[in-house]
Order: sequence, then structure tokens, then C-alpha cells
Amino acid sequence: MHGVGVLGLQAIAFYLLSAVMLGSALLVISARNPVHSVLFLITSFFTAAGLFVLLGAEFLAMLLIVVYVGAVAVLFLFVVMMLDVDFGSLRTGFARYLPIGGVVAIVLLIEMAIVAGAVAKRGASAGATIAAPTDVTNAEAIGRVLYTDYIYFFQAAGIALLIAMIGAIVLTLRHRPGVKRQNIAAQVARTPAKGMAIVKVKTGEGISE
Amino acid sequence: MDAFLLQYLPIVIFLGIAAVLGVGFMVAAWAMAPRRPDPEKISAYECGFNAFDDARMKFDVRFYLVSILFIIFDLEVAFLFPWAVSLTRMAHEAQVFAFWSMMGFLGILTVGFIYEWKKGALEWE
Repeated sequence: MHGVGVLGLQAIAFYLLSAVMLGSALLVISARNPVHSVLFLITSFFTAAGLFVLLGAEFLAMLLIVVYVGAVAVLFLFVVMMLDVDFGSLRTGFARYLPIGGVVAIVLLIEMAIVAGAVAKRGASAGATIAAPTDVTNAEAIGRVLYTDYIYFFQAAGIALLIAMIGAIVLTLRHRPGVKRQNIAAQVARTPAKGMAIVKVKTGEGISE
Repeated sequence: MDAFLLQYLPIVIFLGIAAVLGVGFMVAAWAMAPRRPDPEKISAYECGFNAFDDARMKFDVRFYLVSILFIIFDLEVAFLFPWAVSLTRMAHEAQVFAFWSMMGFLGILTVGFIYEWKKGALEWE
């Protein structure tokens, strides 16, 4: 391939994906409707997955789509819809939270400037010295170290998931009293002898329970 | 690397077609459809009476519980993929270690699964 070349195509894809990601990230915080914010968040997750693919991190890209787009974003949507937010009154606190939000934003900006300065001093390619193994797939490269070298982090992830599960159940599970459930064992164990009675009714008397 | 990225070319083409179609329909509707709104046309139709209140209402918290339980087992499966791919190509000792490492992980989550089953968190009512 001459002319634009593969590297040029990669650069075009990178800038396109980055631009879409930054634009939708901006819309996440500026959209008036929180539901739209979540939808823009999904767009930026998708484009971030595209950037992972450009880096060759295929497994992470698919994980981003399966876990973040498929599950986390849906969870965010549920939370937004559950909170029953009044979209009009959301904007009123803007001036009140501006000072502290501004301080956080400035601190983050300074941190990013420091990082960018350090990268610029060493040259942009200085961080890219670790070559990815090319003979194995992405998932296998992770699998080689995750379950053996990084077992403590792996087990800690399991415990964190357990805590999340129990926490969600403890916080949100409410059983409604007086709900009639189907008891299949009792239904199957029922026989005609137990479920039916033949009563001789005398004329004029009826039956009492 | 190039051959790897070329595998994604069909997806890029698909995304391009989808974007062109989606934007095309929106632009066509915006450009060609007649638009003569009046208050009666754009108000919500509620069978003859005025709208009682907002169409948005509180979502039941149980949806949240279902989706967070889904995420947890989604992540569990995500951890299983690299394990399944790499396990057969490891040296024997590392293989045994990685196998029991995953069994411990699954065991921890099975404790949670038994807890949620016994608590009745998987039942709707």
C-alpha cells in the first residue's frame, strides 16, 4: 500500500476515534438530559475500544464492549432512571458547586500538564519501549501471568466481586410481605387422596367446614 | 500488526455504512418532511384529557439488583476467557497452580451465588 500507507490509515483512525471520544466525553458532562449523558458515555466506551484495537489490545477492547457497554452503561441507565431526577432543578446548583469543582479541575489540569511535560522531555516514544509479544494472542498473554504471577490481585478481584454482590443484595433486596409463591415440590407431592374429599350431604343441612 | 488491523476492516466498513444510513435518514427527514407544528400537534396525546404528570417515573430498584448481579457474573466469565486460552499451553506446574487459582476465584464467587440464591435475590417477587 503506497500513497496514504497503512501507518497513515492508522493515524487517521486514531485521530477520528480520539476526536469522537473527546467530543462524546464533553457531551457526557454537558448534555442536559442525564439519559443522553449515559448514551454519550456508551459512545466514548465504544471509541475507547477502537483505540485499544489500534494498540493491538484486542482482548481489552472486547472486554470494554462486553463489560462496560453491555453491563456498566446499562447499570448507569438504571441508576439515572431510578433516581427520578428532576432535569430542570439539576442545573440550579451550578454556581454553588463551581468553586470546589473548579479547584478539582485545576488540580487535574496541573497533574496532566506535569505528565505531558515529562513525556515531552523524554520524547513521545520513550514510554513505548516495552515490546508486546507478537507470537501469542492478547488473551493468552494476559492468561500467562494473571493466574500465576498476579494471583493475589486475581483473588482480590474475586473478593471485591463477592463484596459487591453481597452489598447490592443487602442494600436493595426488600421482600414484599404476603407474596404467594409457587411451591413446586408441594404441588407435585399432592395426590388425589389429599386434595379431594367426597362428602355426603344430607338434604337440607349443607356442609360446614 | 497490519494483517491484524486488516481483520477489523469489515467492522469499519460496517460502521461507516451504519453511520451513513443513520445520518442519511435523519437528514432526509429533516430536509424533506413537511413540518407545520401547532400546540395541539406537539402536545402529548392522552385520550382526550390533559397529561396528569411527567412520563418519567421512578424505576424499581430491583432492576438495579438484577443488573449488578449480571455484571458480577459477566466479569467472572471475562476472567475465564484468558484462563481457558492459556491454560493448555503452560508448563505443568504453572498449569496446576493456575487451575487451582481459578478454582479459588470461582469458589469465592460461588459463595456469593449461594448467598444470593438463599436470600431469594434471584426471585422477582
